[in-house]
Amino acid sequence: MSNSAETTTRTLVIERVFSHPPEKLWRALTESPLMAQWLLKNDFVPVAGKKFQFRSEPMPQWDGVIDCEVMVVDPLKRLSYSWNALGLESVVLFTLTPAEGGTHLRMEHSGFRADQQQAYGGAKYGWQRFFDGLERLLDGGAA
Amino acid sequence: MKPTAANDVFRALADPTRRAIFEELIRQGEQTVHALTRYADVSQPAVSKHLTVLKRAKLVQHRRDGRETHYRAQPAALAPVADWLRLYGAFWHERFDRLEALLERMEP
Repeated sequence: MSNSAETTTRTLVIERVFSHPPEKLWRALTESPLMAQWLLKNDFVPVAGKKFQFRSEPMPQWDGVIDCEVMVVDPLKRLSYSWNALGLESVVLFTLTPAEGGTHLRMEHSGFRADQQQAYGGAKYGWQRFFDGLERLLDGGAA
Repeated sequence: MKPTAANDVFRALADPTRRAIFEELIRQGEQTVHALTRYADVSQPAVSKHLTVLKRAKLVQHRRDGRETHYRAQPAALAPVADWLRLYGAFWHERFDRLEALLERMEP
Protein backbone atom coordinates (compact mmCIF):
# COMPACT_ATOMS: atom_id res chain seq x y z
CA MET A 1 0.00 0.00 0.00
CA SER A 2 2.93 2.36 0.51
CA ASN A 3 3.99 2.13 -3.14
CA SER A 4 3.20 4.94 -5.53
CA ALA A 5 -0.51 5.19 -6.24
CA GLU A 6 0.46 5.95 -9.82
CA THR A 7 1.81 2.49 -10.44
CA THR A 8 -0.14 0.37 -7.99
CA THR A 9 -3.65 1.66 -8.26
CA ARG A 10 -4.20 3.32 -11.60
CA THR A 11 -2.19 1.58 -14.30
CA LEU A 12 -2.49 -1.92 -15.65
CA VAL A 13 0.51 -3.22 -17.61
CA ILE A 14 0.62 -6.46 -19.60
CA GLU A 15 3.69 -7.52 -21.57
CA ARG A 16 4.31 -10.48 -23.84
CA VAL A 17 6.78 -11.49 -26.55
CA PHE A 18 5.07 -12.81 -29.68
CA SER A 19 7.11 -14.90 -32.12
CA HIS A 20 5.95 -12.78 -35.06
CA PRO A 21 7.44 -9.71 -36.75
CA PRO A 22 6.28 -6.20 -35.74
CA GLU A 23 4.62 -5.71 -39.16
CA LYS A 24 2.25 -8.61 -38.54
CA LEU A 25 1.48 -7.58 -34.98
CA TRP A 26 0.83 -4.01 -36.15
CA ARG A 27 -1.75 -5.29 -38.66
CA ALA A 28 -3.55 -7.22 -35.93
CA LEU A 29 -3.57 -4.11 -33.76
CA THR A 30 -4.74 -1.64 -36.41
CA GLU A 31 -6.85 -3.41 -39.07
CA SER A 32 -10.46 -3.28 -37.98
CA PRO A 33 -11.52 -6.81 -39.10
CA LEU A 34 -8.44 -8.33 -37.45
CA MET A 35 -9.04 -6.35 -34.24
CA ALA A 36 -12.56 -7.75 -34.18
CA GLN A 37 -11.14 -11.27 -34.17
CA TRP A 38 -9.11 -10.89 -31.00
CA LEU A 39 -10.36 -7.77 -29.18
CA LEU A 40 -13.87 -6.47 -29.87
CA LYS A 41 -16.05 -5.47 -32.84
CA ASN A 42 -15.14 -1.95 -33.88
CA ASP A 43 -15.10 0.79 -36.52
CA PHE A 44 -11.48 1.75 -35.91
CA VAL A 45 -9.43 3.71 -38.45
CA PRO A 46 -5.72 4.28 -37.74
CA VAL A 47 -5.84 8.09 -37.88
CA ALA A 48 -5.05 10.27 -34.84
CA GLY A 49 -8.06 12.29 -33.73
CA LYS A 50 -10.63 9.88 -35.22
CA LYS A 51 -13.40 8.74 -32.91
CA PHE A 52 -14.52 5.11 -33.00
CA GLN A 53 -16.36 2.53 -30.90
CA PHE A 54 -15.77 -0.94 -29.59
CA ARG A 55 -18.91 -3.01 -29.20
CA SER A 56 -19.20 -5.83 -26.70
CA GLU A 57 -22.25 -7.87 -25.75
CA PRO A 58 -25.13 -5.55 -24.76
CA MET A 59 -26.52 -6.01 -21.27
CA PRO A 60 -29.85 -4.92 -19.75
CA GLN A 61 -28.55 -1.53 -18.60
CA TRP A 62 -25.65 -1.09 -20.98
CA ASP A 63 -25.53 -1.05 -24.77
CA GLY A 64 -22.03 -2.54 -24.66
CA VAL A 65 -20.46 0.46 -26.38
CA ILE A 66 -16.98 1.69 -25.49
CA ASP A 67 -16.33 5.18 -26.91
CA CYS A 68 -12.79 5.76 -28.09
CA GLU A 69 -10.62 8.29 -29.85
CA VAL A 70 -7.36 7.55 -31.61
CA MET A 71 -4.53 9.42 -29.86
CA VAL A 72 -1.26 8.10 -31.29
CA VAL A 73 -0.50 6.16 -34.48
CA ASP A 74 3.26 5.65 -34.82
CA PRO A 75 3.48 2.75 -37.32
CA LEU A 76 5.15 -0.41 -36.02
CA LYS A 77 5.99 1.34 -32.75
CA ARG A 78 3.14 2.90 -30.79
CA LEU A 79 -0.65 2.93 -30.83
CA SER A 80 -2.83 4.69 -28.29
CA TYR A 81 -6.55 5.40 -27.89
CA SER A 82 -8.87 6.63 -25.20
CA TRP A 83 -11.28 4.05 -23.76
CA ASN A 84 -14.46 5.46 -22.27
CA ALA A 85 -17.00 3.07 -20.84
CA LEU A 86 -19.83 3.87 -18.46
CA GLY A 87 -18.51 7.20 -17.30
CA LEU A 88 -14.96 6.10 -16.64
CA GLU A 89 -12.42 7.38 -19.10
CA SER A 90 -9.08 5.65 -19.50
CA VAL A 91 -6.27 5.33 -22.02
CA VAL A 92 -4.84 2.27 -23.74
CA LEU A 93 -1.27 2.39 -25.06
CA PHE A 94 0.44 -0.36 -27.06
CA THR A 95 4.22 -0.23 -27.50
CA LEU A 96 6.00 -2.60 -29.91
CA THR A 97 9.71 -3.37 -29.68
CA PRO A 98 11.61 -5.83 -31.88
CA ALA A 99 12.79 -8.73 -29.73
CA GLU A 100 14.86 -11.87 -30.25
CA GLY A 101 12.79 -13.99 -32.66
CA GLY A 102 9.74 -11.75 -32.55
CA THR A 103 8.13 -8.69 -31.06
CA HIS A 104 7.73 -7.50 -27.50
CA LEU A 105 4.28 -6.02 -26.92
CA ARG A 106 3.52 -3.84 -23.92
CA MET A 107 -0.07 -2.84 -23.19
CA GLU A 108 -0.65 -0.09 -20.66
CA HIS A 109 -4.21 0.69 -19.58
CA SER A 110 -4.29 3.78 -17.38
CA GLY A 111 -5.80 7.13 -16.57
CA PHE A 112 -9.30 6.65 -15.23
CA ARG A 113 -11.15 9.81 -14.68
CA ALA A 114 -14.88 10.06 -14.33
CA ASP A 115 -16.66 11.60 -17.28
CA GLN A 116 -18.49 14.66 -16.00
CA GLN A 117 -20.90 14.58 -18.93
CA GLN A 118 -22.45 11.26 -18.05
CA ALA A 119 -25.59 11.15 -15.92
CA TYR A 120 -24.34 9.86 -12.61
CA GLY A 121 -27.29 7.63 -11.80
CA GLY A 122 -27.09 5.95 -15.17
CA ALA A 123 -23.38 5.39 -14.84
CA LYS A 124 -23.70 3.67 -11.47
CA TYR A 125 -25.74 0.68 -12.46
CA GLY A 126 -24.01 0.42 -15.79
CA TRP A 127 -20.55 0.24 -14.25
CA GLN A 128 -21.66 -2.61 -12.02
CA ARG A 129 -23.18 -4.44 -14.96
CA PHE A 130 -20.00 -3.95 -16.90
CA PHE A 131 -17.98 -5.74 -14.23
CA ASP A 132 -20.61 -8.44 -13.85
CA GLY A 133 -20.54 -8.93 -17.60
CA LEU A 134 -16.79 -9.14 -17.71
CA GLU A 135 -16.82 -11.74 -14.98
CA ARG A 136 -19.37 -13.82 -16.87
CA LEU A 137 -17.37 -13.39 -20.06
CA LEU A 138 -14.14 -14.47 -18.47
CA ASP A 139 -15.74 -17.21 -16.42
CA GLY A 140 -12.68 -18.02 -14.36
CA GLY A 141 -10.18 -17.16 -17.10
CA ALA A 142 -6.54 -16.51 -16.24
CA ALA A 143 -6.14 -13.48 -14.00
CA MET B 1 -18.23 -3.73 -5.31
CA LYS B 2 -20.06 -0.42 -5.18
CA PRO B 3 -19.77 1.33 -8.55
CA THR B 4 -20.29 4.78 -7.00
CA ALA B 5 -17.36 4.12 -4.72
CA ALA B 6 -15.19 3.12 -7.68
CA ASN B 7 -16.06 6.32 -9.50
CA ASP B 8 -15.27 8.46 -6.46
CA VAL B 9 -12.00 6.65 -5.82
CA PHE B 10 -10.84 6.97 -9.43
CA ARG B 11 -11.77 10.63 -9.49
CA ALA B 12 -10.12 11.34 -6.16
CA LEU B 13 -6.87 9.70 -7.20
CA ALA B 14 -6.82 11.36 -10.62
CA ASP B 15 -5.42 14.52 -9.04
CA PRO B 16 -1.67 14.47 -8.26
CA THR B 17 -1.94 16.66 -5.13
CA ARG B 18 -4.67 14.45 -3.67
CA ARG B 19 -2.64 11.37 -4.52
CA ALA B 20 0.35 12.93 -2.71
CA ILE B 21 -1.77 13.76 0.36
CA PHE B 22 -3.21 10.25 0.45
CA GLU B 23 0.25 8.68 0.12
CA GLU B 24 1.60 10.92 2.87
CA LEU B 25 -1.20 9.76 5.18
CA ILE B 26 -0.41 6.13 4.33
CA ARG B 27 3.27 6.71 5.12
CA GLN B 28 2.95 8.89 8.22
CA GLY B 29 -0.28 7.75 9.80
CA GLU B 30 -2.65 10.34 11.25
CA GLN B 31 -1.85 13.97 10.39
CA THR B 32 -3.36 17.37 11.14
CA VAL B 33 -4.54 19.68 8.37
CA HIS B 34 -1.66 22.00 9.33
CA ALA B 35 0.95 19.29 8.86
CA LEU B 36 -0.58 18.27 5.54
CA THR B 37 -0.60 21.89 4.38
CA ARG B 38 3.13 22.16 5.11
CA TYR B 39 3.73 18.89 3.26
CA ALA B 40 1.59 19.60 0.19
CA ASP B 41 2.89 23.17 -0.22
CA VAL B 42 -0.49 24.57 -1.25
CA SER B 43 -2.89 26.81 0.71
CA GLN B 44 -4.84 25.41 3.65
CA PRO B 45 -8.23 25.95 1.94
CA ALA B 46 -6.90 24.00 -1.05
CA VAL B 47 -5.79 21.15 1.23
CA SER B 48 -9.19 21.17 2.98
CA LYS B 49 -10.91 20.93 -0.40
CA HIS B 50 -8.74 17.99 -1.43
CA LEU B 51 -9.43 16.29 1.91
CA THR B 52 -13.17 16.70 1.33
CA VAL B 53 -12.88 14.87 -1.99
CA LEU B 54 -10.80 12.12 -0.38
CA LYS B 55 -13.34 11.88 2.44
CA ARG B 56 -16.20 11.50 -0.04
CA ALA B 57 -14.31 8.65 -1.68
CA LYS B 58 -13.85 7.18 1.85
CA LEU B 59 -10.08 7.22 1.29
CA VAL B 60 -9.62 9.23 4.51
CA GLN B 61 -11.38 9.56 7.86
CA HIS B 62 -11.22 12.52 10.20
CA ARG B 63 -11.64 13.30 13.88
CA ARG B 64 -11.73 16.65 15.70
CA ASP B 65 -9.52 17.32 18.68
CA GLY B 66 -10.02 20.84 20.00
CA ARG B 67 -9.26 23.23 17.18
CA GLU B 68 -7.32 20.68 15.15
CA THR B 69 -8.77 18.19 12.70
CA HIS B 70 -6.80 14.98 12.26
CA TYR B 71 -6.94 12.87 9.12
CA ARG B 72 -6.16 9.22 8.68
CA ALA B 73 -5.89 7.11 5.49
CA GLN B 74 -8.35 4.27 4.84
CA PRO B 75 -6.44 1.99 2.44
CA ALA B 76 -9.37 -0.45 2.34
CA ALA B 77 -11.19 2.13 0.21
CA LEU B 78 -8.82 1.19 -2.63
CA ALA B 79 -10.63 -2.13 -3.00
CA PRO B 80 -12.79 -0.98 -5.96
CA VAL B 81 -9.62 -0.02 -7.83
CA ALA B 82 -8.09 -3.40 -7.07
CA ASP B 83 -11.28 -5.04 -8.36
CA TRP B 84 -11.07 -2.98 -11.52
CA LEU B 85 -7.46 -3.98 -12.11
CA ARG B 86 -8.21 -7.65 -11.45
CA LEU B 87 -11.09 -7.71 -13.90
CA TYR B 88 -9.46 -5.71 -16.65
CA GLY B 89 -6.24 -7.64 -16.04
CA ALA B 90 -8.10 -10.88 -16.73
CA PHE B 91 -9.78 -9.28 -19.75
CA TRP B 92 -6.49 -8.25 -21.38
CA HIS B 93 -4.72 -11.53 -20.60
CA GLU B 94 -7.52 -13.41 -22.30
CA ARG B 95 -7.41 -10.99 -25.25
CA PHE B 96 -3.64 -11.44 -25.56
CA ASP B 97 -4.21 -15.22 -25.83
CA ARG B 98 -6.69 -14.57 -28.63
CA LEU B 99 -4.20 -12.25 -30.31
CA GLU B 100 -1.59 -14.98 -30.20
CA ALA B 101 -4.02 -17.42 -31.81
CA LEU B 102 -4.91 -14.89 -34.49
CA LEU B 103 -1.23 -14.28 -35.34
CA GLU B 104 -0.84 -18.03 -35.86
CA ARG B 105 -3.76 -18.04 -38.31
CA MET B 106 -2.64 -14.97 -40.27
CA GLU B 107 -0.57 -15.11 -43.46
CA PRO B 108 3.08 -14.31 -42.67
